[in-house]
Amino acid sequence: MGMASKSIKTLLVAVFSIFLLLFSANSFASDAPVGGAEKHEASSFDPAKLIMEHIMDAHEFHFATIGEKHISIPLPVILYSPERGLTMFNYSKFNHGHDVYQGYKSAEGHIIAVNEVGEHDTTITVYDMSLTRNVIQMFIALILLCLLMIGVANKYKRNGAKVAPSGFQNAVEPVITFVRDEVGKPNLGHAYEKFMPYLLTVFFFILINNLMGLIPGSANVTGNIAFTIVLGVISFFVILFSTNRHFWAHIFNPPVPGFVKPILVPVEFLGIFTKPFALIVRLFANMVAGHIVITCFVMLIFIFGAMSKVAGWGFAPVSMAFTIFIYFIEILVAFIQAFIFTNLTAVFIGQSMEGAHHDEAHH
Amino acid sequence: MELLNPGVGLLVWTLLAFLVVFFLLKSFAWKPILASLKERETGIADAIASADKVKAEMAALKNENEAMMARAREERAVMIKEAKETADKMVSDAKDKAKSEYDRIVAEAQSAIMQQKNAALTDVKNQVGTLVIEVAEKVLSRELSNKGDQENYIKQLAEAVKLN
Repeated sequence: MGMASKSIKTLLVAVFSIFLLLFSANSFASDAPVGGAEKHEASSFDPAKLIMEHIMDAHEFHFATIGEKHISIPLPVILYSPERGLTMFNYSKFNHGHDVYQGYKSAEGHIIAVNEVGEHDTTITVYDMSLTRNVIQMFIALILLCLLMIGVANKYKRNGAKVAPSGFQNAVEPVITFVRDEVGKPNLGHAYEKFMPYLLTVFFFILINNLMGLIPGSANVTGNIAFTIVLGVISFFVILFSTNRHFWAHIFNPPVPGFVKPILVPVEFLGIFTKPFALIVRLFANMVAGHIVITCFVMLIFIFGAMSKVAGWGFAPVSMAFTIFIYFIEILVAFIQAFIFTNLTAVFIGQSMEGAHHDEAHH
Repeated sequence: MELLNPGVGLLVWTLLAFLVVFFLLKSFAWKPILASLKERETGIADAIASADKVKAEMAALKNENEAMMARAREERAVMIKEAKETADKMVSDAKDKAKSEYDRIVAEAQSAIMQQKNAALTDVKNQVGTLVIEVAEKVLSRELSNKGDQENYIKQLAEAVKLN
C-alpha cells in the first residue's frame, strides 16, 4: 500500500513536471532536470540530453545504440582552418568521439582542434564545413523538390496549357495558385510577377524541409537556427532591394511632430532589422518546439519505464496517442509555417514598395 | 545556448543550396508553370468572353429574325389587302366597262332604229305623196260623175295603199 501510493505520487510529479516543461520551452535549453526521472538513475537515462541530440545537428545519422554498438551512418567531415588548411575525412574516423584524427577531435558532436598531447588547442580556429546530417537531408529534400517541380513543369510544357492537370501536377497546382493569389497578388499588387519565383522557392524550400524533418530518424533542418538565418537574411536583402525612396523617407522623416522624431526614427530604423529577425525566430522556434513536444511524448514512456516497467508499458498507449495527435498538428504546422514565412516576406516587400503604388496612383 | 548558435557549415551550405535551387526552379519550373497557368487562365477568360459575345450575337440575331418575321407578316397582310383591292377594282372596272359598252350598244341601236324609222317615214311620206298624186291623177282622169262612185273609188284606192 505504502509502495503503491509512493509510485502514484512520483507519477503525478512526473506528469506535472512534463506539462510544465511543455509550456515553458526555455526550460529545455537550460537543461532543467526532468523531475521524476532525475530521482531515478539520472546517469543512465537523460531525456533532456536525448532531446537536444535529436533536435541538434550532428555528423552522423544516429538511429540506435544497442549495448555498445551504434547503428548510424557517419557523414563526411570537411574542416577548414587558416593554420592547417582544408581537411576532409569520414566522421567514422573519430570512432564515435573516442579517437583523435589528423589533429582533430569530436567533443560532444563539435569538432575541435587538439595539440600533440590531445588537449584542446584554442590557438587554431576551425571552420566546420562538414556535410552534417542537416546538410545531407536538406540536399536530399532539395533534389527531390527540384525533380518533382521540374517534372511538373515538363508536364505543363508537354501537355500545353489547355489540358487539365493530372497526377502530382494536380497536387502542386492549387498550392502554386494559392501562393500566387493569396500571397503574391494581395501583398505586391501588380508587381507580384517579379517576386513569384522567389516566393514560390521560399515556400517549397521550407515546406519540403519541414515535411522531411517529420520522418522519424531524420534531422530537424528547419528547426535549426542556421537554416532560418539564411532564409531570413535572404528575405532581408530582397526586402531591402525592393525599397523605394518613399520607404526611406518614411523611416528617416516620419510624418510626426518634430519632438517625436528622435524617438520614432530609431524605432523605425530598427524595424528594418526586426522584421527578418522575427521571421528567423518564428520559423526556428515553431519547428524546434514541435520536435521537442513529439520527442517529449516518446520520452515519457522511458521516463515512466525507468520508474517501473509497468508504468512504462502502461503509459505507452497514452504517449503514443498524444504523439500521433501532435504529429498531425506538425504536418499542419509544416504547411502553416511555410505559408507564414512566405506571406510575411511578401507583406514586408509590399510595405517597402508601398510608396510606389501611391506614386502610380497619382500619375 | 547551444541551440541558438548557428553552425558555419550549415549557414554556407543552406545559402548555396537555396541559391542553386532558386535559379534552377526559377528557370526550369516556376517560369513554365506560371506561364502555363496564366495562358490557361487567359484562355478560359477569352473563351468565356467570346461565349458571351456569341450569346449576345445570337440574341441580336433572334431579335432581328423576329423583327423580320413581323415585317414579313405585315407585308403579307398589306399584299393580300392590295391584291383584294386590285381584284375588286378589276371586277368593278369590268362591270363599268360592260355597262358602258352596253349603253353604247343600246345607244347605237337606238340611233340606228331612229335613223331607219326616219328613213322609213321619209319613204312612207314619199310613197304617200306619189300615191296621192297617182290617186289624184286617176281621180282627175275619171270623171267625177258619181259622188258615190267617187267615194268608193277613193276607198278602193285607199285600200290599195298598203303601208308596208
